[in-house]
Amino acid sequence: MTILKNRLFWPSLILAILLGINMFTSQQFLMIQDGHLFGTLIDILRGSAPLILVALGMTLVIATGGIDLSVGSVMAISGAVACLLISELGDQNSVGSVLLIIGIAIGASLLLGLWNGVLVAAVGIQPIIATLILMVAGRGVAQLITEGQIINVRSEPYATLGSGFFLAVPVAFLIAAAAVVLTILLTRRTALGLLLESVGGSPTASRLAGIGARRITIMVYVVAGGLAGLAGLIYSANIRSADSISAGSLIELDAILAVVIGGTALIGGRFSVAGTVLGAILIQTLTVTVVAIDIRPEANLLFKAVVVVALCLSQSPDFRAKVFGRFKSRPAAREVAAA
Amino acid sequence: MTTMDMTPVVKGGGGPELNKRRRVYKPNTKHVPILATLLLLVIMYSAGAANYRNFDDPSVIVNLFRDNAVLLVVAVGMTFVILTGGIDLSVGAVISLTTTLTATLLQGGWPPLVVLPAVLLLGALIGAGQGAVIHFFKVEPFIATLAGLFLARGLALFINQHSIPIRDKVWTAISDYRIELPIGEDGVVTKPIAIVAVLAVLIAAAVLAWTRFGRNVYAIGGNADSALLMGLPVGRTKIAVYTISGFCAALGGVLFSINSTSGWALQGNGLELDAIAACVIGGVLLTGGSGFVWGTLLGVLVSGLIRTIINFDGGLNSAWARIIIGVLLFAFIVMQRIVTRKAK
Amino acid sequence: MGEQPPVLEMTGIRKVFPGVVALDGVDFRLFPGEIHALMGENGAGKSTLIKTLTGVYEIDGGEIKLGGAPVRISGPLQAQQAGVSTVYQEVNLCTNLSVAENIFIGREPRKFGKIQWGKMRRRAAELLARLELDLDVSAPLDTYSLAIQQMVAIARAVDIEARVLILDEPTSSLDASEVEQLFRVMRRLKESGVAILFVSHFLDQIYEISDRLTVLRNGQLIGEHKIEELSQVQLVEKMIGKELAALEDLEDKAQSNRERAAGAQPVLEAKGLGRTGAIAPYDLTIHEGEVVGLAGLLGSGRTELARLLFGADKPDQGELKVAGKPVNLRSPQVAMKHGIAFSSENRRTEGIIGDLSVRENIILALQASRGWTRPIPRKKQDEIVDKYIKALQIRPADPERPVRNLSGGNQQKVLLARWLITEPKLLIIDEPTRGIDVGAKAEIQKLVAELSDGGMAVLFVSAELEEVLRLSHQILVLRDRRLVEKLENTADVDADRIMQTIASGATS
Repeated sequence: MTILKNRLFWPSLILAILLGINMFTSQQFLMIQDGHLFGTLIDILRGSAPLILVALGMTLVIATGGIDLSVGSVMAISGAVACLLISELGDQNSVGSVLLIIGIAIGASLLLGLWNGVLVAAVGIQPIIATLILMVAGRGVAQLITEGQIINVRSEPYATLGSGFFLAVPVAFLIAAAAVVLTILLTRRTALGLLLESVGGSPTASRLAGIGARRITIMVYVVAGGLAGLAGLIYSANIRSADSISAGSLIELDAILAVVIGGTALIGGRFSVAGTVLGAILIQTLTVTVVAIDIRPEANLLFKAVVVVALCLSQSPDFRAKVFGRFKSRPAAREVAAA
Repeated sequence: MTTMDMTPVVKGGGGPELNKRRRVYKPNTKHVPILATLLLLVIMYSAGAANYRNFDDPSVIVNLFRDNAVLLVVAVGMTFVILTGGIDLSVGAVISLTTTLTATLLQGGWPPLVVLPAVLLLGALIGAGQGAVIHFFKVEPFIATLAGLFLARGLALFINQHSIPIRDKVWTAISDYRIELPIGEDGVVTKPIAIVAVLAVLIAAAVLAWTRFGRNVYAIGGNADSALLMGLPVGRTKIAVYTISGFCAALGGVLFSINSTSGWALQGNGLELDAIAACVIGGVLLTGGSGFVWGTLLGVLVSGLIRTIINFDGGLNSAWARIIIGVLLFAFIVMQRIVTRKAK
Repeated sequence: MGEQPPVLEMTGIRKVFPGVVALDGVDFRLFPGEIHALMGENGAGKSTLIKTLTGVYEIDGGEIKLGGAPVRISGPLQAQQAGVSTVYQEVNLCTNLSVAENIFIGREPRKFGKIQWGKMRRRAAELLARLELDLDVSAPLDTYSLAIQQMVAIARAVDIEARVLILDEPTSSLDASEVEQLFRVMRRLKESGVAILFVSHFLDQIYEISDRLTVLRNGQLIGEHKIEELSQVQLVEKMIGKELAALEDLEDKAQSNRERAAGAQPVLEAKGLGRTGAIAPYDLTIHEGEVVGLAGLLGSGRTELARLLFGADKPDQGELKVAGKPVNLRSPQVAMKHGIAFSSENRRTEGIIGDLSVRENIILALQASRGWTRPIPRKKQDEIVDKYIKALQIRPADPERPVRNLSGGNQQKVLLARWLITEPKLLIIDEPTRGIDVGAKAEIQKLVAELSDGGMAVLFVSAELEEVLRLSHQILVLRDRRLVEKLENTADVDADRIMQTIASGATS
């Protein structure tokens, strides 16, 4: 019974079922070929890397009670910056130059995150509106950078980011895994997680407890920007080009979805990095599964809709109350203990 | 128990005299964003007229309504939702579903007089469903309408991912019909869809200003808890605004299908953003409770005028449209912030 | 009055929340043309009873009869339609709408479905005139003060043809003349046969206006009495039971304590410190081991004064010295660095973080002062938290329970623990005993006395004069956002003396 009440029970169950379906339907679920791991499972892991990265940043932002709609645009800009600079290189295969360019692109993303953070924390604009600005304008900026073209690059070091392998494991997945581990360390081994949850739980009370809420809030937007930039690089490295129109298109929705599936409430406060990763992998698995079981790929969105509805309803206390009638009292009941 | 608050004195709030003095500037604050948008529109128009030949032709303005008819209709629906403090991300997807369905049904030989009400009803139903989920199960509007977005666009893609031509006589007849307006020396020609869009604005404005439902929308956006305690039908109103938004999106889809005599599942992609941006630029507070349909109309015209200017110029990258809208969003949001802060 | 059948009869009302029985078989009657006071301490079940009547909560047991017929009230709308109107403690109106709309929304005069704005404004103005209010009815409500908003709420409730009018602490934000105005309206309504349920913390008001009262304690009915049959002292006894004794032994302790302050070093000195619109410039010196009590009415500036000393609000004039050195308290963070702690009067919005556990809430301020890069090791956290849960007797003694689920008194103790572990030199506590039960109140008062014995300076803000008198060495009296008098708390200072200053504003 307790396991059923765990917020991650249903997402985990759905993920397990989807993976199960994949195991049966695909001949190549997990195998080794040319010294690389290979198969549907690996596809899922590699494909989910950008979403995991974006959703990680989103988790921290949402924990503070905010939201970042601009992540898709940041992805597009970072990919555009990187590909433009690489395409102008004399030797596109120069590892040093590519690393430098990656650094520049991520630096630009951090700056964009800073912009969001300042609007939210210093100017005091509602997060959904503040980040809407960059969401709208950012894609325009990306289009300006690429001059509306798709910039192709032929840089092997860059492509490694998206499709390379290291120790038989996809590099993209390693990057995402490293980011996850870093985030967990950063939030749970330091006091950052507690302070984030405190700011998300009550900004006023946090300020009066001496927490520098403003700095922390700005920081999470910066981190979210950087992670989105990294995701944009992986995305563009994977297709070896910058596509300012479709890079990161609608990814903010998937990322928010992943966070919600992972059990972090949109109003802020308690957050779960592990839950978010589970959510992101679930979404990616869903995409892959729909293709694998030979349903028309267009049905992907339909499936997503069904999953979103099912999950949100299963996590809605009011739905449970109304459908299963387990709790009789109204939502206001929570505050009564103190009244 | 001697409580010191036995005869509390309220100071700083002020009695009636103080209040009278205070409210001299207050009613204006509601209108400041709209006036600013209007001013911006005038400036942009004058700048366009000064720089480009034929920009001052009345047809430029009339065409704004024609070219932005879909956005206008959708933004009107969005205004209702935002006024209650909600948001509807599904409108673009509902458009794609309606155009696809309309085209498919017409192609299948259904009578247009059945198709039209059917698709409008479908849009309203999708909206009502979202509203019901939001109200009854306390799911965030953002998430609920995101699910609606996936569902509607998924259905549209499922029906047909390709563009479907419409050859129905009624549809093509409406599409080809022109209305002559007695404006300027030679009159200006426009399409029926522009008239529909203007009607939508007029009806919405009347509903919001003159009906109980309209005022309930404002009340809920101002303070939903209070509205509930005052005995207002909060749930019904909430569901209704999403129904209206769904209906408007479906109507927008129909206008799309008329205008392009085709249906396509990728139609209306991202239109929800343009609609939200138009509302914000028009001074509708995203937190709810404040704003006017007129503002939304101005917001749509501003974004339309930006595109017109870029078209007239010819040398500008179309990406500038997005950037300028972003900059305007920024300017207006900061302005709203300052105005509301002052009011406090 | 007794001959008529009751308009409202509630019998055996039971309401249970997870872990709490809020109402346990409560009976309540209301007759037409009477003003009936519902009395009880915080947590007695008054609010819950009212909310079952207004349809915010559904009852788990018992029966509600209106006009003799059993009813099931399932929502505010149904309550209104059944003739039960309510004005709540916090004004529940939509401040973005105009005054007229707030009175008529949901019932606007219409013609062919179109709202008749002109008629609505006219009727609103007439109605307000009857309540002796002259307002611009087309102005948004948020241009008016809270007191005015309260009166508008009453106007709304009055206009709905109410058989039962519930006034839930309507006077808490009104001044004396506005209270009189309200009472006039209440008497008029009473004459017209309306049954009024009146809740107020002000006993004098209760005795001035009520005909009958019902006392609740801990969710149970204690008794229903005619007002003339119960003295104020008897009423207080019924409301708080026999726990008064717990406060007695503190008295002597504080007496001896009072002499301690002399010769101690000043912890904080304020000179001409002020903030326009909040508090006029004031001078203040607090010494080690000294308890300074702030007395004054709600809105007199006592909270505003305290907030300046913590950097919660920025002063716009004057200077401040901590331990003899000039400081600029730009933010709470800076104030904390100088050893100042501040516990806000708004426990739930500015104090606790409801989602976080007791442990996390307790270590929050200490952690914030260390910065996020230097976490307090978990073992250390557990040690500190266990110690303070024991020392302050926080119940339930479970450090991992979300603090939201604790009672008000225990939440207050958690907040005190939060600040005590930062080992402040000056502890500012704003209304720490408001809305908590008598037992916890006594414990907190005892704690303050002990802290001051240990050398901590305490600035103590309270609405209860007796509490201020009992604990303070020095009493500052505020009135109209101005510090009007500083008193050494000697034997000849008593509540009447302070009341006089508060009432007259005279400086001795």
